[in-house]
Amino acid sequence: MQKSLSIDPAKCTGCLQCELACSYDNEGVFNPSKSRIKVFNFHDQGRFVPYTCTQCDEAWCLHACPVDAISLDASTGAKIVSDQLCVGCKVCTIACPFGTINYNQSTGKVIKCDLCEGDPECAKACPTDAITFVDANWTGLEKMRAWAAKTDSSVQAGA
Amino acid sequence: MTYVVVGAGPSGVIAAESLRKSDPEGEIILIGDEPEPPYSRMAIPYFLVGNIEDHGTHLRKTKDHYEALGITYVQDRVSRVSPADHSLTLASGGTQSYSKLLIATGASPIKPPIEGLGLPGVHHCWTLEDARNIIELAHDGAHVVLVGAGFIGCIILESLVKRGVNLTVVEADDRMVPRMMNQKAGGMIKQWCLEKGVNVETSTRVTKLEKNAKGTLNVDLDNGTQLPAHLVVIAAGVKSNTDFLEGSGIEVKEGIVVDKYLKTSVEDVYAAGDCAQGPDIAGGWSVHAIQPTCADHGQIVGKNMAGIKTPYKGSLVMNVLDTVGLISVSYGAWEGKGDGVEVLDEKNYRYMRLEFEGDKLIGALSLGRTEHVGVLRGLIQTGVALGQWKDKLKEDPQLIMEAYVATKYV
Amino acid sequence: MAWARKILRVNLTKGTCADEALNMDWAQKYLGQRGLATKYLTEEIDPKVDPLSPDNKMIMATGPLTGTCASTAGRYSVITKGALTGAIACSNSGGFFGNEMKNAGYDMIIFEGKSPSPVYLFVQDGSAQLLDAADYWGQSCWTTEEGIKEKHGDPLLRVASIGVSGEKGVKFACIVNDMDRAAGRSGVGTVMGSKNLKAVAIRGTLGVKVDDASRFVDAVAAGKSVLAENAVTGQGLPAFGTQVLMNVINESGALPTRNHLDAQFDGANNISAEAMAEPRASDGKPNLLTNAACFGCTIACGRVSTVERTHYTVKDRPEYHVASGGLEYEAAWALGAATGIDDLNALTFANFICNEQGLDPISFGATVGAAMELFEDGTITTKETGGIELKFGSAEALTTLVELCGKGEGFGAEIGLGSKLLCEKYGRPELSMSVKGQEFPAYDSRGIQGMGLAYATSNRGACHLRGYTVASEILGIPEKTDPLVTDGKAGLVKAFQDATAVVDSAGICVFTTFAWSMDDIAPQIDAACEGDWSVENCMAAGERIWNLERKFNLDAGFVGKDDNLPARLLKDAAKTGPAKGKTNGLDIMLPEYYAARGWTVEGIPSNETLDRVAL
Repeated sequence: MQKSLSIDPAKCTGCLQCELACSYDNEGVFNPSKSRIKVFNFHDQGRFVPYTCTQCDEAWCLHACPVDAISLDASTGAKIVSDQLCVGCKVCTIACPFGTINYNQSTGKVIKCDLCEGDPECAKACPTDAITFVDANWTGLEKMRAWAAKTDSSVQAGA
Repeated sequence: MTYVVVGAGPSGVIAAESLRKSDPEGEIILIGDEPEPPYSRMAIPYFLVGNIEDHGTHLRKTKDHYEALGITYVQDRVSRVSPADHSLTLASGGTQSYSKLLIATGASPIKPPIEGLGLPGVHHCWTLEDARNIIELAHDGAHVVLVGAGFIGCIILESLVKRGVNLTVVEADDRMVPRMMNQKAGGMIKQWCLEKGVNVETSTRVTKLEKNAKGTLNVDLDNGTQLPAHLVVIAAGVKSNTDFLEGSGIEVKEGIVVDKYLKTSVEDVYAAGDCAQGPDIAGGWSVHAIQPTCADHGQIVGKNMAGIKTPYKGSLVMNVLDTVGLISVSYGAWEGKGDGVEVLDEKNYRYMRLEFEGDKLIGALSLGRTEHVGVLRGLIQTGVALGQWKDKLKEDPQLIMEAYVATKYV
Repeated sequence: MAWARKILRVNLTKGTCADEALNMDWAQKYLGQRGLATKYLTEEIDPKVDPLSPDNKMIMATGPLTGTCASTAGRYSVITKGALTGAIACSNSGGFFGNEMKNAGYDMIIFEGKSPSPVYLFVQDGSAQLLDAADYWGQSCWTTEEGIKEKHGDPLLRVASIGVSGEKGVKFACIVNDMDRAAGRSGVGTVMGSKNLKAVAIRGTLGVKVDDASRFVDAVAAGKSVLAENAVTGQGLPAFGTQVLMNVINESGALPTRNHLDAQFDGANNISAEAMAEPRASDGKPNLLTNAACFGCTIACGRVSTVERTHYTVKDRPEYHVASGGLEYEAAWALGAATGIDDLNALTFANFICNEQGLDPISFGATVGAAMELFEDGTITTKETGGIELKFGSAEALTTLVELCGKGEGFGAEIGLGSKLLCEKYGRPELSMSVKGQEFPAYDSRGIQGMGLAYATSNRGACHLRGYTVASEILGIPEKTDPLVTDGKAGLVKAFQDATAVVDSAGICVFTTFAWSMDDIAPQIDAACEGDWSVENCMAAGERIWNLERKFNLDAGFVGKDDNLPARLLKDAAKTGPAKGKTNGLDIMLPEYYAARGWTVEGIPSNETLDRVAL
């Protein structure tokens, strides 16, 4: 059974341990700005939302890549960027409607979540189980949608 | 069933792959007219700099990619389409019959009416062959005049700078990338280029090219100046390749007119990519000669040709450009309908402009930002009702990702 | 490694920003943040300088662990000579600002001089510039933070700013970052205001490296497990926040009430963690919305609350119908018990305003408590207060004053003097519940004896975060001691003080020490940093830092006699609860403490001691 990242914003405290783990694993340095997962802080609503690539079926990035630099990892379902093949044209960064593949100006390549070869560091680093790696039939995206649907009543402020 | 795909650019190749996915049995013939394996024009700037070689530009990297999928690649040029008998005439002399035909012949550079365009040392920058010719001439210290600061001109601009040439860009319009950026953003890109040592002449036309005594070129501008040049690169826009359809009965306006299934006016003939005028997300019919539209068209047209009815929701025009390190992005109806907001930090070359219709985003421009720009597509394409986030975006347009995440998950 | 090895020096008088290398010899002796910045400050300023003169300097400093994945490693401190105290000030803050500073390539930023006009500092990846702050001067911390982010088109900027209180010289103005995190105590925001420095905005994307990454990651993982498995850091703090203490401390008879007239508050339960989780009448929702973490924190004690929309403070002010930080225990105590007010919504609102306007809620609330006593005994009247009926228990008085004080207006400006100057002004200095000019926090030292000594000897004036013996005396961490006796407290206070100095210098949060001993902390520092950071060396650094701060205060003019408590705590016994009949036994503990520290009977470090701690 393929697994995917499941994100439950209600459990997130906004600590950014996921960003630290992601940047350390991918860049060898603690640097949230280079993290593939981002936690969005809705201060006025007391809400934190971790957000990263859902490895969507549409694979906008993969299809938009003009040089075949993004491929599907059949074992994990992750769409993976090849640093060797990426020329840095950034077309994928505008094609992905979720904004989860980004150009890294210091390397001239794009970066995105690759599910850490099936053992995501962000999920391991999350102290509250806001990010878990679970069977794909209960995916992060579905869970987030379900959560979103029921959320208006649970937040007083503005939502 | 014989599927013929004419044109081996991204939409042709993706369509052939999509066809194979939808129809494991049918015969698929892919016809391309360039003497190379299918490659991406988007990669040419990186080829020009020397970051990649030929292989790096190829659309598919695995050896025998097409054979493995049972796609027959033919190098030839189609000179005529005869829908009545479902056949094509090939430039090499033969004919090819088809059950379903896809025209994905892309576009070609426009030749502006400039005297001397045929002289040696004057090149387009469209094909790999053009790129090789440019590399020959664009050596360190060479004087180069780039005619046109549109999207194509600008993507090769950086490559030319990196090759160490003495570069002048001449643009007839009043700003750089006029079809992608407004006055302010286009002006900022020009200022950026000037700071990087590129000469930029806007609202200026090249009137004449001529050979001089030294064997190089003189470039006359309509402002009276004359520039010396070892190389002149013409990047004055492109037009759809549809001339060969004359008399075929296939309706052509700005491009080949297709319906929401990307079918042309003629039965069993489809069109995709730069040559197609298809539905856009605003409800109109447009030629959007951009990579993401080519990819979308290719995916969808393959399914439709194989009999899986898949309507296309419409293309959204979008571009991303890296002009000597300044990254600019444009989406949709950035010209706006009178309900826009912008934030500008001229000194640091940061700019964001958003255009709304009601509480929906319809267009955007951005300079100097790389994070999460794709979400602008999400916001525009899904037509998400922004609600209170419209007001927040009007206060601070950079909060695009926050707005998207919030409207979905908060 | 761990250190960015670079300092940004900002001369506000000249308007210049310059990089310089971090003194690594000093880093090996003083670690970072609190310790290392104190070393810089003591080397660079005259301890006798007027805190508000351009000759005072202000340092924003991170620790070597700041920005790493160690739990809670996002801290920074502001080190200066305090406006409220005239002593060394070191105010520690969480949020995300510290991490951003490290990622921008700086261990610390030293501000010197005074700008001729209001400015803010803008730092981005190793480059810095002073920019005109005219648009933000006169604005709140919240408006300033939002305005600067918007101006630079970068919602990811981290901003630390002062409110109008800091501009106008309120003595306990703080520096607020990330909307509701603050370098709160001792008037560091007042110093910042005196320099015409409105804000510091930072964006950092350079990353933080450590010396021995694999050993570090292992040590950090071990530390996180300890935090997760500990009852306080793994369950109590995430679920209830620091407010879990309100009922506990009240039951211990150590909740200072109505300016320390009492040691128990009958309204304590109404302003406790339990009350914050209680559904409200108007909408069936509790004030507490969620808990929140500072950068890298796996504890997440932070509270995020709303004020009930029907409450008088906000019913016509929709701008406050938002969630924001609080209540934390110290603020709830100062705004509530110290004033005798048990209206949770009023306290939550007052806390919002403290964050918005940059006020230390402890000193503010405690000073209001003192002013209430002045009012109740007739020393001041509505003539002085501008018509405010300043009675104990009056929520309206509190919420009116917090807004006036935030803007430095009316009687709020007098509250802004702090309790010491206020009570002196009206001839009643004995009513100021403070040490070295800084108001007590939320523990009555008649009921928790060790805290009396911790307050009296704290280098920044009365403070719970210099030696939190509450952990031992009430919570039994690391082992239970009797809160009502003085025996052994001298050694306990010294050990807590030295360990806390290490924690504050490393870049992590002192709350980790509910679960972590130095055996958990030292391996993380040792793996991250070059040098030998064994438990022994860490504790030695802690003691060195403590003595360095002490020396600064002595050179500034403080003497042993200033290690004192108000007469009320030494002479007036607690009236109720377990400590009924008790006063604080400072006279017994202090000489023991001086001896334990190797100080003379006058409280001066002996030459031997200075040698021993390598000062």
